[in-house]
Amino acid sequence: MTATTSVSSAPRPVAKAGGGLGQSVSDSLIIAKRNLIRMLRIPEVVVFGLFQPIMFVVLFSYVFGGSLAVGGSTDAGVYREFLMAGIFAQTVTFATAGASAGIAEDMQKGLVDRFRSLPMARGAVLTGRTLADLVQTALTLVVLAIVALLVGWRTHENGLKVLAGFGLLLLLGYAFTWIGALIGLSVRSPEAATSGGLVWLFPVTFVSNAFVDTSRMPTFLQHIADWNPFSATVQASRELFGNPGVVDSSAWPMQHPVLASLIWSLLILVVFRTLAVRKYRSAVD
Amino acid sequence: MPGAIYAEGLVKTFGEVRALDGVDLDVPEGTVLGLLGPNGAGKTTAVRVLTTLIQPDSGKAVVAGLDVLKQPNEVRRSIGLSGQFAAIDEYLTGRENLQMVGQLYQLTARDAKKRAALLLDRFHLGDAADRTAKTYSGGMRRRLDLAAALIVRPPVMFMDEPTTGLDPRNRQELWGVIEELVADGTTLLLTTQYLEEADRLAHDIAVVDHGRVIARGTSDELKAQMGGERIEVVVHQHDELGTAEAILDKHSVQGPDKGSVSVEQHTRRLTVPVTGGAKLLAEVIRDLDARGIEIDDIGLRRPTLDDVFITLTGHASEESEIDENGLDGDDPASVQKQGKSRKQKDQKKGAVK
Repeated sequence: MTATTSVSSAPRPVAKAGGGLGQSVSDSLIIAKRNLIRMLRIPEVVVFGLFQPIMFVVLFSYVFGGSLAVGGSTDAGVYREFLMAGIFAQTVTFATAGASAGIAEDMQKGLVDRFRSLPMARGAVLTGRTLADLVQTALTLVVLAIVALLVGWRTHENGLKVLAGFGLLLLLGYAFTWIGALIGLSVRSPEAATSGGLVWLFPVTFVSNAFVDTSRMPTFLQHIADWNPFSATVQASRELFGNPGVVDSSAWPMQHPVLASLIWSLLILVVFRTLAVRKYRSAVD
Repeated sequence: MPGAIYAEGLVKTFGEVRALDGVDLDVPEGTVLGLLGPNGAGKTTAVRVLTTLIQPDSGKAVVAGLDVLKQPNEVRRSIGLSGQFAAIDEYLTGRENLQMVGQLYQLTARDAKKRAALLLDRFHLGDAADRTAKTYSGGMRRRLDLAAALIVRPPVMFMDEPTTGLDPRNRQELWGVIEELVADGTTLLLTTQYLEEADRLAHDIAVVDHGRVIARGTSDELKAQMGGERIEVVVHQHDELGTAEAILDKHSVQGPDKGSVSVEQHTRRLTVPVTGGAKLLAEVIRDLDARGIEIDDIGLRRPTLDDVFITLTGHASEESEIDENGLDGDDPASVQKQGKSRKQKDQKKGAVK
């Protein structure tokens, strides 16, 4: 067989079953698979991604535990149980940085241009990336939960409620990766995306009920913390895990944390997905 | 009938900069157009508009018979793009890269796999197929990138500076691949800063500067605008320059276009425009010999595209950094250059008649 005939006898593209939606799903899965293969081949990223929350678990448990009062108790064991929902929530939101760095890298390396020149579903590059991040986040949560159990964290509700708690955490994480996607498309350099993807997360996760009892904050901070989307998920999972330190506040999200968590996460997801996909379509360098 | 790639009056501005300032292109099916110009001339912007990556502010573009602005997704099925940087995932193997792109071109998984295997062999990447692309050399990455662009063998290909940054051996090899592709009937638009590349690969050349096409034609036509060939002589003795000049002047192009002999004193080099080729060269050598003038070097020199470029744009093809900032296509200097090149063309036509 000569080279010439081999290049000419190319198969033609076929329409995927299921039309537009079917193609969206299959294209997204192809991109997700690609990103998961990458994660397997750069295990350092996954390992360091785990290292940071584990360090937080240990540091917060043993350094702050005993000196911070939760629900009127300064018992270190109580603080540890209180802490875990906060650490879990912080961990899922930190996946944002991975998404933003990954997409910025794809922009920089010209891969986004290649993808945009292909007859593929428009949102698939971003959906695939965020789905891969979701898988990574889920694995991180499993490892983290085991570490938490080792330092004395326990749940006090039935398995379904506990799973629902993790479900809300994952949904929050998934919604946040779309913020990451938008940041990645906007900054275009992986280095800037890593820091840009992280800096704003510190105030978001600290001005909340994640690590401290908000009733001891100044009033205006307390209001912010009560309405912080992040707090709703922390409160909801704390409640679903049966852990101590559930905030007693008259603010609506703190009264109905599960519903508030769902609403916030879906809202973030819809808004940032729309913005990110629009940005992707018009990306220019 | 418009060609496989057709553009009319493309304008694209980025803030103050008119990256494209009314570009017209027409590439007949199965031919290669070389878009030649310095950095910042608008070559990449033109490719990005034609490959649906950005929308022009105004103008019309048709690729493979499809309207780029109205049917972008249909256009994407019919084109392959190989950009300035190898757009491959370093952490995937060569095979995984090609299969992924194949599937995203909406091939079935099985077709994508078959096609990937075939192209890996074809581009001499068979041995490295299952290594991550991170381990590939620059030339291998380029070949993988090109293979990815060819996965469905699109009828229309765009290559944006395909050999920039490659060493001469890899460049030669890639040229070979591109030539085969074209022999196979693919229509190709190629941008390059290398005149040699356009000279070798392109049927037609469009010289772009400041977002405008300032000249077009075949390589030979463009060179002919330069007034054809010259004889260059380096004499051995400095005091023989005067005699040699007189002899060369006698052989210089006659008529209204009569060129004068230019003399470089310190290198003892004389240059004269001629028509008459090798036969005239032999005559000049005989004349010089008859007068006992010793020659260090003599040759018939045809203009290179570099000469063309400098004449048309007033600057060399690769020293453009300065121009990118200040000037745009509307500046009087560039309009004047365009006028000049047209005049040269007309003169040439007149001469032919």
